[in-house]
Amino acid sequence: MIYRECGIYRTSYAKDMALFPIPLDRWATYAIAAAAFLAVPLLASDYWIGGLIVPFLCFALAALGLNFLTGYAGQLSLGHAAFMGVGAYAALILYARYSAPLLLSLLGAGLVAAGVGVLFGTPSLRIKGFYLAVSTLAAQFIIEWVITHVKWIGGGVYATIDTPPLRIMNWWLIDTPVEKYYLTLAVVVALTVFGRNLVRSRVGRAWMAIRDRDVAAEIMGISLFRYKLLAFAVSSFYAGVAGGLISFTYYAAANVEEFNLFLSFRLLGMIIIGGMGSILGSYLGAGFIVLLPIFISQFLGGVGKVVGRLVTTDLLANVELMVFGGLIIFFLIVEPLGLARLWRTLKDYLRLWPFPY
Amino acid sequence: MAKRLGLVTLALLLVGGALALIPSAAAAQDKTVWIPMLCYRTGPYAPGGSGFCGGKEDYFALVNAKGGVEGVKIRFQECETAYDTARGIECYERNKEGALVIYPHSTGIMYALLERATRDKIPLSHIGYGRADAADGTTFPYAFPFISTYWSLASAKVRFIAQREGGEDKLKGKKIALLYIDIPYGRETIPIMERLARRFGFEFRGFPVPPPGLEQGAQWTDIARRFRADWVINRNWGVSCTVPLREAARLGFTREKILGVWWCGSEEDVVPAGEAAKGYLSAEFSGSGRDFPVIQEIIEKVHGAGKGNIEKERIGTAYYNRGVVEAAITVEALRGAMKKFGYPVKGEHMQWAMENLNITEARLKELGLLGLVPSLKTSREDHEGGGAAKFKQWDGTKWVGVSEWIAPYKEIVWEAVKESAAKYRAEKK
Repeated sequence: MIYRECGIYRTSYAKDMALFPIPLDRWATYAIAAAAFLAVPLLASDYWIGGLIVPFLCFALAALGLNFLTGYAGQLSLGHAAFMGVGAYAALILYARYSAPLLLSLLGAGLVAAGVGVLFGTPSLRIKGFYLAVSTLAAQFIIEWVITHVKWIGGGVYATIDTPPLRIMNWWLIDTPVEKYYLTLAVVVALTVFGRNLVRSRVGRAWMAIRDRDVAAEIMGISLFRYKLLAFAVSSFYAGVAGGLISFTYYAAANVEEFNLFLSFRLLGMIIIGGMGSILGSYLGAGFIVLLPIFISQFLGGVGKVVGRLVTTDLLANVELMVFGGLIIFFLIVEPLGLARLWRTLKDYLRLWPFPY
Repeated sequence: MAKRLGLVTLALLLVGGALALIPSAAAAQDKTVWIPMLCYRTGPYAPGGSGFCGGKEDYFALVNAKGGVEGVKIRFQECETAYDTARGIECYERNKEGALVIYPHSTGIMYALLERATRDKIPLSHIGYGRADAADGTTFPYAFPFISTYWSLASAKVRFIAQREGGEDKLKGKKIALLYIDIPYGRETIPIMERLARRFGFEFRGFPVPPPGLEQGAQWTDIARRFRADWVINRNWGVSCTVPLREAARLGFTREKILGVWWCGSEEDVVPAGEAAKGYLSAEFSGSGRDFPVIQEIIEKVHGAGKGNIEKERIGTAYYNRGVVEAAITVEALRGAMKKFGYPVKGEHMQWAMENLNITEARLKELGLLGLVPSLKTSREDHEGGGAAKFKQWDGTKWVGVSEWIAPYKEIVWEAVKESAAKYRAEKK
């Protein structure tokens, strides 16, 4: 009744091509954007902003990148954390050692990561599926090894570069959690809008064609060489920017140990739970993997206070994992196509509500 | 049925959520100080994390059971990090309000908190891990790597080797191999070993082991047959600690010349090797076992009252005792801070007290900690406060102490610390 398509006439090409053709969708998006830019900094505490939302946004950006590659183009990658690591080190080398401007450092981080991504993406031209996953696994190990062992990159035995104070144009010091939040949000929103447009363009359609059947796509004249490598490039670009961003605004250092194989698995988990081939899914998945364990842990902490010494602290710590694992299984059984698909089902339902046929 | 189940779940969730928001009831009544515990009881390193944390919490519980520090009780609560940096930062941000000290319990978390804690004026206490140059208090005012950093420990090992060889002049021409797991932690002592090698004229070579390090045959053939090492330093981690003992036994390399880092000096590291471990030496900066008055007191007053924070069998293990030691140093600092500034205590008061610690042997004896930890004296410049290490040998069934507290080569270590700290300052601008 409220959420409907009938009566909406697309009278121009621009309207037909709009990102959100349905008014309610559009207004909802504006409302969320307004909330993110205005309400969150006003209402949320520093803990929420600096401890939860900033890392959530950074991981969502990385998941979005992986979603282009895996969800849209159908190429599995187990080395995505390493591409984030490449971005983190590139950003800090540019910013801390060569005093490049902050935003240019992030851009550079993306470009360097994209280059490395293309390099490790070349095997995708010959191998597919699980075999490709294993070859990207090699990327994870090789990149970690290079970062630790090449002294120029890591700068010595710690293989860690500390983040200097963040300045834009040498006068605006980005220091408080809210300022860091704005920096993160601006980058993430810009890249999300770009990504949303990208997947509806010729490139995105080519990716989906390759994902659905690469032979058919090739026969239709889509260059596998170009579009597969482009998928690796764009995906690693996003991962690289995310890696640089999280090192700037959250970790306060580029430390190779953060970008380990386990993170690669977590990123893959985010897009599987959130929804492959969905922009929204990347966010939902990142929220699920990054934030849910923290909420479970706080919830159990509340339970722990009441039951007191009946349960030991290490039991509580492990119950968190059990609950989290149980929820993953639950959601995958309820909706194997991810949380984004649940959202779409709801929308389809609302379209006809209250008079379904 | 399904609907009812859903409602019950929802109700439970709401109740739990509401409970999570209620602050601890005890906070309002007594005079307390707040110490959040960033622990990792899950994840790949849980055995270390639970011991380290449990030891600290047991010591705080003991202090509370005896009436607190000058009447002020210590309020502590765990926040699970799973050794994950992002989780650790979240824990810090959630619990930092009024916190007197933070134990990062992970090098990655320590990096991330260094800047935040300095701004929030909360000291970080990290004994035996984290970056070694944090000992330079002028550069890192809020970081406290008490007792011994990796670099001090490495130099103490060389002094111990010199003692065994019969003097520093005997080191000349000797060959020392560093067998290390090839991650930043493993490589951390290479620069200091190179400095020591230049100073004393011994030959030093590193032998990297790719993680997880379950296969070290090639490295050992190199060490024993090609390099013909006189001494081997075993700088492995977790499961890879045990492998060198078996390899050495296979090649007939004498175990009495293998010297482990403190992470490779637990019961867990030697028992799986069986006979092959006999004679193996290891460094440590805190004693293990239960033969210390403070440990006995914990068993009696904390675990006896059913207030323990770890399984009773694990009391006295190496990790546990390190936790007790770190907590004891914190409590001493807290006492110092209250003497000077009174109650309520703030983070910067703690920072002052931690810079002005002087825990003498006599004081250690009063606290029941004698033999568990070396005496400690910090200053504004020196946040380490000692650097001494002890050495022990595995006799096949238990660790036997084979040395007194052995001092590090302070001037060589501090030269490296100053250099590294200067580099940090340059990076931070």
